[in-house]
Amino acid sequence: MSSVAQTPAVNALGYKSFAIGKFSFDRDEYFAHIKCPGNRHIMQIDAFLRALMRDVGWGFFYGTVNFDHVFGTINHYGTVEMFVGLLNDAYRAANRHYVETFQAADLRKVFEAMLDDWTNEGFDPYAAPDETGLAYGAKHGSNTKALKRQRMVAKRMVGLPGDLGYRTDADGYGINRQFKDVAQDQPEIHAEPGFEGQVHAFNMFAYVSRSDVTWNPSVVSCVHDSQFCATTEEHALPIQHGNDRVEWFIQATDEIIWDVDDGKTGRPRAKVVMKAGDVAAMPADIRHKGYSAKRSMLIVWENNDDRLPNMYGKGELKPYPVEF
Amino acid sequence: MASYHTTFGSLDKYEKGSVQVIDDDPKHYAFSNCFEVASKSKPYEKVAVGKNLKYVIEAIRAEGTSPWYSNAHDEAVLVMDGEIEVHLLQPDKPLVPEGKEGSVRLDKEPAGKKMGWVKARRGHMALLPKGAAYQFRSAKPGVMLQQTILGDFTVERWADICQTKA
Repeated sequence: MSSVAQTPAVNALGYKSFAIGKFSFDRDEYFAHIKCPGNRHIMQIDAFLRALMRDVGWGFFYGTVNFDHVFGTINHYGTVEMFVGLLNDAYRAANRHYVETFQAADLRKVFEAMLDDWTNEGFDPYAAPDETGLAYGAKHGSNTKALKRQRMVAKRMVGLPGDLGYRTDADGYGINRQFKDVAQDQPEIHAEPGFEGQVHAFNMFAYVSRSDVTWNPSVVSCVHDSQFCATTEEHALPIQHGNDRVEWFIQATDEIIWDVDDGKTGRPRAKVVMKAGDVAAMPADIRHKGYSAKRSMLIVWENNDDRLPNMYGKGELKPYPVEF
Repeated sequence: MASYHTTFGSLDKYEKGSVQVIDDDPKHYAFSNCFEVASKSKPYEKVAVGKNLKYVIEAIRAEGTSPWYSNAHDEAVLVMDGEIEVHLLQPDKPLVPEGKEGSVRLDKEPAGKKMGWVKARRGHMALLPKGAAYQFRSAKPGVMLQQTILGDFTVERWADICQTKA
């Protein structure tokens, strides 16, 4: 287990360099450079920051966050593996892969500091490319406020007393430019005296139309561990998400095209085209990356039972959800 | 500034996507479309379109007045098409034993106190709170998705609703 993060040095462009364990990270005007024993890897800085934002924002998420086909993290819920080439057929065949395990809190601290230092003023890694400035150049300013958005999680349902609140103009959640035609009407609620707050409904599509982030699911309703996580998707998912359990997609509006590759090798397995009303499972042994030409609404349906990764990992559960 | 058109689906107009297989079995994706499922369902038939171990998402064709249901846990419905009323009632005594999972269909309207009702349209989500009895009413055919747990009244016909061939 590696845990020591070294003090960052500052390069000529004004960016700090970071290191943890035997990994080191540097950025220049255009690229992130990742080094570890036996390897160096390079990513475009905007792609790297968008992926890093999701990894930080989701607390390493469910399973694997592949920044690209080489570098990524695997969440073991307390510890995190960081790797180069671990889930890449060619790297594995050549024995060029490298992996190191960290306490999640230690790695998160380094990632948060790196994200904050490397994100320039005007660049928002949660925003669609058409909605934000550029990530390039020498260090200029910061965008800490945009990076500190909290993932929104309803305990029962958005809008219930004591639960997650609505998104409103007053709170800075305007209707997104690509959802101006989404109806903002509210359901009629006729509660008898004494049952106010128990008779409940809200306009979920309107709520989602006001999301200020992309590819960032937020929980809108729960039935025990069953979580409806609604999200708006535009351009491309900045990571390839490697599942450690089955998850489901409900396409609420428009269209997303998913590239589905094998979770361990990265070999292509399927392309899933989802249109409004479509429902599809993502098996527990794949990785997926989505493309949404127009901003769309997606409900990611998760089973939050924390026993599942172990059960799927041991083969106690089949990687697909139903047999017929 | 460009203008954008958001595409929704409905019973009358929907377009279904697909799984284009490269090296897999399309059944592993259990790919269906809720409007297509509802177009072939009986009113208030609870057809599973998603299953994650014990949890399910049911696609329901709302048409006319449904039976009364109750539950021992929260449930939720999301209206995907139409205008659907949800009538809620607090029963005089528990209708479903604690720990029972899924929606439970009742023989008749139970004795109890009216809690109120909701009129929900496309995109609206309504709570079916734990222990309440509820009934749906829809003058015209509509579609909703119910977030619940696999129960006695969940219908599973995956081979009929899902893409099975590449």
